[in-house]
Amino acid sequence: MIDTFTNTVLFVMLVLTALAIVRMERLFAVVMLSSVFSLLSALLFVTLDAVDVAFTEAAVGAGISTVLMLGTIALTKPEAKRPRHTAFVPLIVVCVTGAALVYGTLDMPAFGSPDAPAQTHVGPDYLSRTPIDIDVPNAVTAILGSYRGFDTLGETAVVFTAGIGVLLLLSGLRRRREDEDEEI
Amino acid sequence: MGKFFELQFLTGHIHYLLFIVLMMTGLFIVVDKTNLVKKIIGLNIFQVSVFMFYVSIGKVTDGTAPIFPMDSNYHVDQAAMQTILYSNPLPHVLILTAIVVGIATTSLGLALIVRIRESFNTIDEEDILQIEQKMTRDDNQKYKYLLRDML
Repeated sequence: MIDTFTNTVLFVMLVLTALAIVRMERLFAVVMLSSVFSLLSALLFVTLDAVDVAFTEAAVGAGISTVLMLGTIALTKPEAKRPRHTAFVPLIVVCVTGAALVYGTLDMPAFGSPDAPAQTHVGPDYLSRTPIDIDVPNAVTAILGSYRGFDTLGETAVVFTAGIGVLLLLSGLRRRREDEDEEI
Repeated sequence: MGKFFELQFLTGHIHYLLFIVLMMTGLFIVVDKTNLVKKIIGLNIFQVSVFMFYVSIGKVTDGTAPIFPMDSNYHVDQAAMQTILYSNPLPHVLILTAIVVGIATTSLGLALIVRIRESFNTIDEEDILQIEQKMTRDDNQKYKYLLRDML
């Protein structure tokens, strides 16, 4: 019961933050609100028992991505314009997509039910084998580093590629600026 | 049809509904707003809502975080471990990977925005479209005369 209460309160705060992001035009405030959104979602992850995910979300979502976005608005414009088109078509798109998704969830097992298919297959197997095979107290660490280690290797490859991409896109930024200054 | 209005069904599925509301708010920002930084933030909101939805599948009622108790020799205490109900750790692992991949794509998108601002001097989608249309018009004008001269 208390779980449902905390979840609902966090949800209301999350939705209010998201709506404020929709309304705001000043990008600095929008970036700060998105950081708040990440922190609130980290709290929600704790109530969903995903403490490692909450950790990562607080560090990456509220920390690194906020810094990156602040850097971007420092290099670009800090003010967003109000769109010239009406919000009618986007609203219809969103409503139709939402209705389709809700229709999809009707068949799902109830939230937290212990006999759902996700809880009866590999999950318990990982939980029972981790102490014998790997003997670390955190099952998430065991799966991440050992049972699904190739996933993590692939993730590293993705981050490496993205880092190279960002470097290639932004390299020579200062040089080009200086060239422009000389032309003027 | 009647079961969809029973209290038990509603309490079991209200979480999914709320996650979808959040997802759709993010999607609305992506579709409606023209500022590119705001679009990326909307994409992030959408992404985090999907993560919450995915992690909620692994939640077991009255379960706890999948961290085992230790005995005095710093090994997992297997007798104590059997008595505790844990949530499913597998969705957590997959979402951990997804969060890190998400920040990678976000940073790439932001770098692209910086380059777009360099080329167009704006990060507003509608302005960029106008500039591109004007460029195309000018090009067509130029090549029309060239083509006429050639023929």
